[in-house]
Amino acid sequence: MGSYIPNTRAEREAMLREAGYGSFAELYADVPSGVLLPDGPAIPSGKSELEVRKEMGRLAGRNKVYDTIFRGAGAYHHYIPAIVRNVAAKEEFITAYTPYQPEISQGVLQSIFEFQTMICELTALPVANASVYDGATATAEAIPMCVDRKRTQVLVSATVAPQVLEVVRTYCFGSGREVTVVPAKDGLTDAGALQRALTDTTACFILHQPNYFGLIEPAAALGGIAHGAGAKFVMNCNPTALALLAAPGECGADVAVGEGQPLGLPLSFGGPYVGYMAATQAMMRKLPGRIVGQTHDAAGHRAFVLTLQAREQHIRREKASSNICTNQSLCTLMAAAYLSAVGPDGLQEVASQCTAKAHYLQAELEKAGLARKYAGEFFHEFVTKGGDADRILAALDAEGILGGLPLAGDEILWCCTELCAKEDMDKAAAIVRAVQGGGR
Amino acid sequence: MKLIFELSHPGRKLTLLPPCDVPAYTLQADLRKAPPRLPEMSETGISRHYTELAKQTTGVNDGFYPLGSCTMKYNPKINDEAAALPGFTQLHPLQPEATVPGALELMLSLQGRLCAITGMDAMTLQPSAGAHGEFTGLLLIKAWHASRGDTARTKIIVPDSAHGTNPASAHMAGYDVINIKSDANGCIDLEALRAVCGPDTAGLMLTNPNTVGIFDRNILEITKIVHEAGGLCYYDGANLNAIAGIVRPGDMGFDCMHLNLHKTFSTPHGGGGPGSGPVGCKEFLRQFLPGPVVEAGPEGARFAVPSRSMGAVRSFWGNFLVLVRAYAYLLELGKEGIPEASENAVLNANYMRVKLAKRYRMAYDHTCMHEFVMTLEHEKHALGVTAMDIAKGLIDFGIHPPTMYFPLIVHEALMIEPTETESRETLDNCIDALCRLYDAAEKDGTGLRGAPYTSPIGRPDEVLAARHLVLKYDFGGGES
Repeated sequence: MGSYIPNTRAEREAMLREAGYGSFAELYADVPSGVLLPDGPAIPSGKSELEVRKEMGRLAGRNKVYDTIFRGAGAYHHYIPAIVRNVAAKEEFITAYTPYQPEISQGVLQSIFEFQTMICELTALPVANASVYDGATATAEAIPMCVDRKRTQVLVSATVAPQVLEVVRTYCFGSGREVTVVPAKDGLTDAGALQRALTDTTACFILHQPNYFGLIEPAAALGGIAHGAGAKFVMNCNPTALALLAAPGECGADVAVGEGQPLGLPLSFGGPYVGYMAATQAMMRKLPGRIVGQTHDAAGHRAFVLTLQAREQHIRREKASSNICTNQSLCTLMAAAYLSAVGPDGLQEVASQCTAKAHYLQAELEKAGLARKYAGEFFHEFVTKGGDADRILAALDAEGILGGLPLAGDEILWCCTELCAKEDMDKAAAIVRAVQGGGR
Repeated sequence: MKLIFELSHPGRKLTLLPPCDVPAYTLQADLRKAPPRLPEMSETGISRHYTELAKQTTGVNDGFYPLGSCTMKYNPKINDEAAALPGFTQLHPLQPEATVPGALELMLSLQGRLCAITGMDAMTLQPSAGAHGEFTGLLLIKAWHASRGDTARTKIIVPDSAHGTNPASAHMAGYDVINIKSDANGCIDLEALRAVCGPDTAGLMLTNPNTVGIFDRNILEITKIVHEAGGLCYYDGANLNAIAGIVRPGDMGFDCMHLNLHKTFSTPHGGGGPGSGPVGCKEFLRQFLPGPVVEAGPEGARFAVPSRSMGAVRSFWGNFLVLVRAYAYLLELGKEGIPEASENAVLNANYMRVKLAKRYRMAYDHTCMHEFVMTLEHEKHALGVTAMDIAKGLIDFGIHPPTMYFPLIVHEALMIEPTETESRETLDNCIDALCRLYDAAEKDGTGLRGAPYTSPIGRPDEVLAARHLVLKYDFGGGES
């Protein structure tokens, strides 16, 4: 029933005739008749816009939207300034294609150039690309940058988020590379085990900062160990945390990657998100994906273009550094608008509030009977143990609170952002206390 | 235009958060030494900056966008409205399955409809783009051969007309790439295909209609040749907008494929992304799909990891809000609207092709599907006017240039794809503009070499950009 075709039946008939065809069927004369679908696809009939709106509203209405969220684990519930949504709603940005025509794409090209600059600033590295699908694929894309003929083994810390490790494994299944997990000790990468795992065939060591359990890794020291064996050092960092923590460039990282979702992107049930990638000058030509560069036109006006395309698939084909043919432009626009809205002080304020609130909640939960699993210092996530995780989370859920993520056994991974108010944390702690008290 | 860093003024800020309501916590860990030099802006400043950037960006809403192989159809607004519902945008990807029945129902129903349209038996919604889908599909092929202990199949066959992502994806999946030449019609040369198929063939990657816009009439023979050699057939869904609802890749002999929801199913391109590239496969490959997929359970839709899954290809479940938009589109068009869209995409392309053939040389004199390719090879030598000159000239008529210099097998190629969502007047206007440009080229091509004249900038110096790399703003102070 629905259709976005402007031409009327009469116009279509006239156009067919003018093009020299008697019917639509004649246009498909090359299709073997035996495989033509005589009755169209086996799906329901189309609907009006009003019916579609109702059905989409029904589906959205079946999902539970939480008032309070204490769950992160790779997707973070932050405040999104109104200006970010407004910028992302501009139809020129939404409906444009990849900026291959620079004369009429300066807006999107400049916004990417600004995004690249902001990522360089956050990571303290000199070059960044225009982004990839998400933080996990950014991590996997960093591996071929580090591999050479002799060095093909990939070391990944056991404290890397499981969804990142899984994607690294899938990509390495494709390329036939060996992935070795460096064990953890007390929730942190075991430096001794890292030292022992490194060989003269190790291409890189991948670290998550803060790690999956929320702990702050001694990144510079671990990177030093990797470099000592001639391996490259890849850091996957939460960009919010980079307002406070030593930046990858300051820790000696060769490549920095991460999930950009905390920078103004809604949770969206997991996507679209945006993966950022930055590298040292020496690694610049190995960066995959699109990169925007500055130049000028004949009249001397500053201009931006997609550059270093000789690395890319449409020119290099099977010799390209990656098959990636896209970036998450609209998401980089949101991230750049977000970073402009919060500014340097605001990002630091967000990060500081995350840390303060996470430590407050941790202390309250401890009083309520949930002990900390790991002693190390954490940023805005932490793991508790003790108590019945299922009952605790169910009791919170009944009050509209999404509790932490249940891990193995009685462990729960909690997260706080600036959106978690003290009264909500007090309420959650009281609920936990009640469950703990009642269960014993 | 100033960069946002040039607009920054120390001390400008927005008031976004209340003061922290719990005691501050001072980290003992290594802290960063220098703060990031992010812009310091007022909200007015940010708003004006991005409004100006938007003015210097051209979307489908701004005008005709006949960009071949990209399917720049209109992006219906109801789709965006649906994707902005809080019941979708505010879902945490790891909240309990029991709290997201609507999201799972949507994904299951979308998988089902995409299977019905493609003739596939199973579908993963995880891949985030076409190239990401290709990589996923090739890993399916790899997992299948490996499961049978067939390790000798190390080669993927790709026609020389293929998009560059095809060989690049095959390489990423650990395969050697065998390029085969196309025949005079830009189609697969059956003899060339037979010559390279053998016990080392893992599979073939193909678009049909192909990249010159022609439906390969030998398609059943092609997939048969590959299957008889023990290989599998991968369908690149880039050109599905010509045949959705008309003929199914699954019925043409393809074993697995990707779709581009941002092309065929009307989701916006976003200036380069986010897109979505679901991968479908036949029953025998289902067990290897990336996990989790959504399946029907006794109490409704639920997540399930396929028994021999290759593993995830990205975090979480895919570009969910893109899936929401594509689903709204499928609901709206339905059984009748999907083939109607394809037919009209093909009609619009042939209408333009036939009218333009009076002035321009077509690379192939044949009924096209949703797009067609012209060649300016003759004009380049005779008039000194290139495909690039004509393409840039269109900008001064308010029309986005067609795709240039692709596919590589056509010299001085201009590839035009009007899509079904454009009116006859729009097509006529573009035909007229192209004819006027041709007239201008015949008279004196020098003017065209400077086009466009009405855009915010002229043609930028791309060689300088690649030689003298400036990839971020220089804050001064002499740092690297």
